[in-house]
Amino acid sequence: MTQDTVRPRSFQEIILRLQTYWAAQGCAMMQPYDMEVGAGTFHPATTLRSLGSKPWAAAYVQPSRRPKDGRYGENPNRLQHYYQYQVLIKPSPPNLQDLYLGSLRAIGIDMALHDIRFVEDDWESPTLGAWGLGWEVWCDGMEVSQFTYFQQVGGHDCAPVSGELTYGLERLAMYVLGIDHVMDMPFNDPAAPIPLSYGDVFRQTEEEYSRWNFDVANTDVLLRHFEEAEAECEAILSQDPIDPRTGRRIVMAHPAYDQCIKASHLFNLLDARGVISVTERQAYIGRVRALARKCADAFVQTEAGGAT
Amino acid sequence: MPDLLIELFSEEIPARMQARAAEDLKRLMTDSLVEAGLTYAGAAAFSTPRRLALTVQGLLAASPTTREERKGPKLGAPEGAIEGFLRGAGVTRDALELRDEKKGQVYFATITRPGRPATEIVAVELEKLIRSFPWPKSMRWGAGSLRWVRPLHSILCILTDDAGTVQVVDLDVDGIRADNMTEGHRFMGAGRFAVSSFDDYRAKLRRDHVMLDAAERAEQIWQEAGNLAFASGYEMVEDSGLLAEVAGLVEWPVVLMGRIDEAFLDLPTEVLQTSMRTHQKFFSVKNPKTGRIERFVTVANVETPDHGGTILAGNQKVLTARLSDAKFFWENDLQAVRGRGLEGMAEGLTSVTFHNRLGSQAERVARIAALAREIAPLVGADADLAAEAARVCKADLQSEMVGEFPELQGLMGRYYAAAAGLPAEVAAACEEHYKPLGPGDAVPSAPVSVAVALADKIDTLTGFWAIDEKPTGSKDPYALRRAALGVIRLVLGNGLRVSLADLLVSADSQLCEAIKTGELVPEDASPEYNSLLAFLHDRLKVHLRDEGIRHDVIDACLAMPGNDDLTLLVHRARALSDFLKTDDGENLLQGFKRANNILTQAEAKDGVEYSYGADVKFAETDAERALFAALDAAEPAIAAALKSEDFAAAMTAMAGLRAPIDAFFQAVQVNAESAVIRRNRLNLLSSIRHICLHAADLTRIEG
Repeated sequence: MTQDTVRPRSFQEIILRLQTYWAAQGCAMMQPYDMEVGAGTFHPATTLRSLGSKPWAAAYVQPSRRPKDGRYGENPNRLQHYYQYQVLIKPSPPNLQDLYLGSLRAIGIDMALHDIRFVEDDWESPTLGAWGLGWEVWCDGMEVSQFTYFQQVGGHDCAPVSGELTYGLERLAMYVLGIDHVMDMPFNDPAAPIPLSYGDVFRQTEEEYSRWNFDVANTDVLLRHFEEAEAECEAILSQDPIDPRTGRRIVMAHPAYDQCIKASHLFNLLDARGVISVTERQAYIGRVRALARKCADAFVQTEAGGAT
Repeated sequence: MPDLLIELFSEEIPARMQARAAEDLKRLMTDSLVEAGLTYAGAAAFSTPRRLALTVQGLLAASPTTREERKGPKLGAPEGAIEGFLRGAGVTRDALELRDEKKGQVYFATITRPGRPATEIVAVELEKLIRSFPWPKSMRWGAGSLRWVRPLHSILCILTDDAGTVQVVDLDVDGIRADNMTEGHRFMGAGRFAVSSFDDYRAKLRRDHVMLDAAERAEQIWQEAGNLAFASGYEMVEDSGLLAEVAGLVEWPVVLMGRIDEAFLDLPTEVLQTSMRTHQKFFSVKNPKTGRIERFVTVANVETPDHGGTILAGNQKVLTARLSDAKFFWENDLQAVRGRGLEGMAEGLTSVTFHNRLGSQAERVARIAALAREIAPLVGADADLAAEAARVCKADLQSEMVGEFPELQGLMGRYYAAAAGLPAEVAAACEEHYKPLGPGDAVPSAPVSVAVALADKIDTLTGFWAIDEKPTGSKDPYALRRAALGVIRLVLGNGLRVSLADLLVSADSQLCEAIKTGELVPEDASPEYNSLLAFLHDRLKVHLRDEGIRHDVIDACLAMPGNDDLTLLVHRARALSDFLKTDDGENLLQGFKRANNILTQAEAKDGVEYSYGADVKFAETDAERALFAALDAAEPAIAAALKSEDFAAAMTAMAGLRAPIDAFFQAVQVNAESAVIRRNRLNLLSSIRHICLHAADLTRIEG
């Protein structure tokens, strides 16, 4: 309890406090998904688990990549690799707003001093065929989280509805810690024997990836990988549900969804390389969405997806 | 008589929906109460980010008992008919009454509907309303199926009688049980509390830091902001849209003023304003001495022990990050146009698709430039300047600033054209060629701007017409009605004398040219400028209707030659409309119609057309001779007036025919016994028709 009133001192302390808080609220502490994704929503613990009738509660950190946002580590706020903190609870509990505000208190935001506002922001992911209604949450005019009640994912109506909370960790932490440039933010405790800043950890990688994302990534290879991921996803889903080896019914929703995630990230890379025209863009997004829909269709036929 | 109080308490309602929702709550609830027999003395609705509230005063405590008499079958009618009647009326056989009617005895039923208490009616009607509330967008939450704009948490619904006794309405909507409780401010309130009346509700909300009335919140914000600005020698920049929005984002407005960093004060005013308004919902504050925006006002939702110090510092920090971006874009753009010129910036438009069947933005710009060159001499613009302006008018779409703030398109074009050293006319056209944007927007008058604005809109219209993407019903995704109205207002507002048909053909042939060179798919070609001209005429009718000119008057003028010259068309229509409002005009029209009817009937009967000149020597009466004289005088006068396009004079000359025509019909029988005289009179009517139809097609006037 006393910890809440003490301001956190590092990026990692904010993450740890969020973990402790949401664990105390009964969420399963998941780990990041082991693939490149553009946002925490892509983690199957959100995308797939928001489907079907089974209750679910999970929280996790998700490293996220947006190749286009790379700025060689120079911009104070923009990164091509950053962290999101993600909470998904199904069905959304009636006190979700209060739970959320509790998490802000847990990381040292004093509600008596700050101005917290829920400002309309309807969320939509064209690549996932998903949308929901909710808000962006403002703290003193700064967007610190996205708060969404999922209505549809992969073209399926969500019933029950999941409540999703997404925190942009760097931005939130910079605000709480009073830091102006992300690279200056203490990553671990500044009083540690070996204090490390965010820049110590990530400046070089930001630089390296910015160069690769913008100028070096082989677009022919990326394009081919995209086609392959798309084909593999469809091939997986076209298999007979009855596994000939075990004789059991095994619908491979997750392996197929991995290919969908891959295709989505490859599209982001191609986009950053500037080889996708405005008209083609829509077509690519449509192709990824078609995969996401098929994966969602498959998932709801599985046990975890609520099929009996 | 009791008062009703309803509060629907939810998670944060989008600001833009609140006012309309309060309005809907009041209208739909009071309508259904009245429908159910509960009249009331007055009602008012309110909204805050977390609640909709409705107070209805002086409601009937119960709906009155009603009686309805219904006539049934005759005595001795088949049993089935009588039973059907009993079922329909909901009464038993012994309640029927036999009455003597003209054709024998008939059954009558009296249906009595007992009044119902207000609580019962309110419960039923409120539940219906909640389940069917017309939110623009609604959602489900949790495991339920109820829809609301955001999760609905509680329903307060009480009736308070004159003695102050409170009755909670018995209502349960998907597990939300109505009661007499609510809560105040999210952070400054003291938990849930009970209320006993609207006054009590309002007072307790205020105690718990909720200002119920959005208008009061807006007023308070504006007043405090004005005071803060004034105290430091500044003045607020008015923004009623933002004020309404901000009043919908707070339950307890706390106004704070902050400073914009010196480094950003060189940014164009509009950039500062747009950035602060769209992203941060800040008001702009002007320094009257420098004319610059130097401060901002933000509205918080909470009072803090440090008087908003932390909040203001946070907001300032966010603003600095935003404006750093804007400044970065501005400087990059300036550097780009100084280096490569605005045409250099426009080069990127080759890779921007305008519409996948109409080619790229660059191809569109080339068409607009060619068309602007053609229009230039017609509007008094220099052809080279018009073409140059057209070539760069969309360049700013490639700027970083417009990429970030699309609403600054055109405006940034003006700034960047000036920075690139282009002539002032060109810079102005970059901004003004988008105008007029709506019915209330000003019409540009600078010749170069007019040429490009017309070319832009005509290309849009012919393009979408060619690929058959016309507006249908309420669907107009490419805003073609707006483009058509733009063309109309540009022409009329500047009194332009242009043949629209020529311009449409020319724009269309450019498209076809593009098709020939393979830029468009061949099947996309369909030169349909006739239907496009008809579309423009339709929009013109709508436009003139607002001016009070009837559609049949316009039809009468549209039937005349040269109807693609809108200025001429409207002059004629105005003159005709004015004329028809006069006594002479109204009577002349009747005389014309009478003449035309007689003539048409005779022509149908005789199978000939009476157009051979009438001869005064067959005239028998003075009235007839007077009409001859009047027509002789009017014909050249009308012809001369029309030739000089003086429609008012033409109408005045026509007015001179009214008295002789009236006198003629009074004194003369057209269908005379003598065939010669009859033919001569019909020919005389024919010259009335002939002369009048020169001015406008009066046969199309109704009434």
